[in-house]
Amino acid sequence: MLRLEARQTASRLMSALSPVIAVAITVLVAAALFVALGRDPVRGLAVFLVEPLANRYALTELALKATPLVLCAIGLSLCFRANVWNIGAEGQFLLGAIAGGGVALWATVNVGVLPRPALVPLVLVAGMLGGAGWAAITALLRDRFNANEILVSLMLVYVAQLLLSYLVFGPWKDPQGYNFPQTRSFDAAAMLPLLVPQSRLHVGALIALALVAATWVLMFRTFAGFQLQVGGVAPLAARYAGFPARRALWSAMLLSGGFAGLAGAMEAAGPLGQLTPNVSTGYGFTAIIVAFVGRLHPVGCVLSGLLLSMFVIGGELSQSRLGLPSALTGVFEGLLLFSLLACDTLVHYRVRFGRG
Amino acid sequence: MTHPRLQLEGITKRYPGALANDSVSLTVMPGEIHAVLGENGAGKSTLMKVIYGAVRPDAGVVRWNGAPVQVRSPHEARAHGISMVFQHFSLFDTLTVAENVLLGLDRTVNLRAVIDGIRDKAGEYGLDIDPLRPVHTLSVGERQRVEIVRALLTDPRLLILDEPTSVLTPHAVERLFVTLRRLADTGCSILYISHKLDEIRALCHRCTVLRGGRVSGVVDPTRETTASLSRLMIGAEPPRLEHRAGTGGEIALRVHDLTLAPREPFGVALENVALEVRAGEVAGIAGVSGNGQRELLAAISGEDRRAQARAIELLGQPVGAASPRARRGIGLHFVPEERLGRGAVPSMSLADNLLLTRDDRELLGAFGWIRRRARDAMAARIIRRFGVKAGGPQAPVRSLSGGNLQKYIVGREIDARPRVLVLSQPTWGVDVGAAAQIRGEILALRDAGCAVLVVSEDFDELFELTDRLYVIARGRLSPPLPTARASPQQVGEWMSGLWAGAASA
Repeated sequence: MLRLEARQTASRLMSALSPVIAVAITVLVAAALFVALGRDPVRGLAVFLVEPLANRYALTELALKATPLVLCAIGLSLCFRANVWNIGAEGQFLLGAIAGGGVALWATVNVGVLPRPALVPLVLVAGMLGGAGWAAITALLRDRFNANEILVSLMLVYVAQLLLSYLVFGPWKDPQGYNFPQTRSFDAAAMLPLLVPQSRLHVGALIALALVAATWVLMFRTFAGFQLQVGGVAPLAARYAGFPARRALWSAMLLSGGFAGLAGAMEAAGPLGQLTPNVSTGYGFTAIIVAFVGRLHPVGCVLSGLLLSMFVIGGELSQSRLGLPSALTGVFEGLLLFSLLACDTLVHYRVRFGRG
Repeated sequence: MTHPRLQLEGITKRYPGALANDSVSLTVMPGEIHAVLGENGAGKSTLMKVIYGAVRPDAGVVRWNGAPVQVRSPHEARAHGISMVFQHFSLFDTLTVAENVLLGLDRTVNLRAVIDGIRDKAGEYGLDIDPLRPVHTLSVGERQRVEIVRALLTDPRLLILDEPTSVLTPHAVERLFVTLRRLADTGCSILYISHKLDEIRALCHRCTVLRGGRVSGVVDPTRETTASLSRLMIGAEPPRLEHRAGTGGEIALRVHDLTLAPREPFGVALENVALEVRAGEVAGIAGVSGNGQRELLAAISGEDRRAQARAIELLGQPVGAASPRARRGIGLHFVPEERLGRGAVPSMSLADNLLLTRDDRELLGAFGWIRRRARDAMAARIIRRFGVKAGGPQAPVRSLSGGNLQKYIVGREIDARPRVLVLSQPTWGVDVGAAAQIRGEILALRDAGCAVLVVSEDFDELFELTDRLYVIARGRLSPPLPTARASPQQVGEWMSGLWAGAASA
């Protein structure tokens, strides 16, 4: 018989190993799933694990998709460490896309009003403000009325989606677009410069890495980050020390909203070059998994962001290569999170054999 | 012949890095009140967990009424008739007293019967408790009463009590002793774990002394002196405190006409509380927990900022609405009653925990940059100066024993060289050596001119430390009493709110 015995102290080794074991379990179950669907499991796994790494172009795509995931995830890591359960990065991402895309669209229509070098920074700042503003609604309702931030931030995702649809179906629709729900293509000057020629990878990836470093510094080297985390793990200690809980709520929400909004603006003014109803393929939700698999650590989020980016690309490829629905991505993401939460038990408990 | 109720032979339990019990033997007869004496870390708790089935020994035999048994779980222990009151309570905060008790009982009984049972037992043993109150509103002392009543409801044949008197008034201790003696007369055996030598000599028939995981003696405590017991327990006589009357200087902390409605249901309202603490003296507040101590301390520390600014003055400055951090800036430091989760963050390192209250220029640079080298050096300094047994500045708080963590927290605040230091239960659950050390440090700080306020339920501690005593009862504070002229009887009476002029207040 198996039983769990509480450890004296949390195991550091298991804390690091847990995501690895979770990935292994996910791969095994995925293989079984391919067999059950009547596909060759080796080929199925290759689509998810090998093809996204196959060549230079594939690698740039991997980095491209990882960028918004990592950006959203480091913001969420801050929130979760502060015990602020922002589930609405997706909505903040969309508002960033709307705000950043809106600026890019305006610059496209009004060419020459603003100096060209100012456009990209303006787009990015607008995106951050859009995302942060959307997150501020959640923070305000939580602060003023103690409204549950999980529900509010989640529901605001749907409001954001409808707002985006309204804009691209209505006032922002491209007059020459044959009535497709999309805006004009943005002027090149309003778009992020490419990082690698003949790819879609833009400089946003570098900005994301810089913000990863900045978040790491904030978390582990500054008093503000310390206060944030104390408020998360020991609210009574934070009160005893006099760390303001309101400030923790606001700063965590605004930072994560800003990061998600930035990611949205980069997506709009990057690979897409216009706004459509489908700006996001669920980056904000996948980022929740990225944050947890990355142990709520900025550097961990980079690794897990790349991993989940493989899943996203694998899902897209599985349609053409295997004739399987791209919903497979969601299944694998869920599997991964599920296995991770199960494996995390081993951080605080050890498995013992024999009778209890 | 009668078999011993409980007999342990050669119990050994090894934890990673520590031998908690090394071939320990123990015999308890029916109706015997048997003390287990030892410092924190001597292996008392592990031994009790073995008896209670919460921990399995690596070696050794347990006999129950003469027959070898394997107690594999607390459930089995209770089936045998073994009941335990832990020092650290296992209660669910969100449930009521009765619901908690119901959960602990193995039989299927309805809540109504449990409520009646609690009222009966509580009345019988003079344990004042309302079965319908949610546990989160209870003070430490009240929670312990719940645990005791819960144990008594199982009609045990062996009752284990882990440091039961640490939160009781002298009068309540007397009543508890009467209860325990009556219980023993009915044939129930009692294992009484303590490090209070006087209590053991007053109550217990036999005493097994543990030191460093081994039995260092089995004696008749009534024939021993405090000094001889102490030698068995710590290998030396306890350090004596040199108490010299404090010289009251100017008023450093003044609470004036403080009236506060309770912030949570079942909290205690503070009514016209007035108190003064002068530089260079130790003032004490006696009282049974749950009489407003928590509320008063929250108002003084700044965790509760609803008071009028003028109601609390710190070195002449009105601070009633100031944050804890602002008050620290003026020189007020506070050691709370709860160490884990309030005084320290369990998952963080000792070094990181300094930043809770030492958020000044010594540890923080521009833009709140943490000076990590200074932080680690400060942690190492406190560990060294206060003799904290820890793996080093990076050891997580959770890995420390209660006494060591308390030394570290008290050390953190004393090291800040406060002008006013407020401590709540400074030595609760701390072993004799560490307690003496903490008290010595408090007196040294006082002699250096600091104003000290100690809130405690430990009479000995208050009489040993303080120059003046207040008593708190139902949210009201008595007039001060010079400790030298106070008697435990008088203070005990005042604890029920009966001081002169109380009615007119």
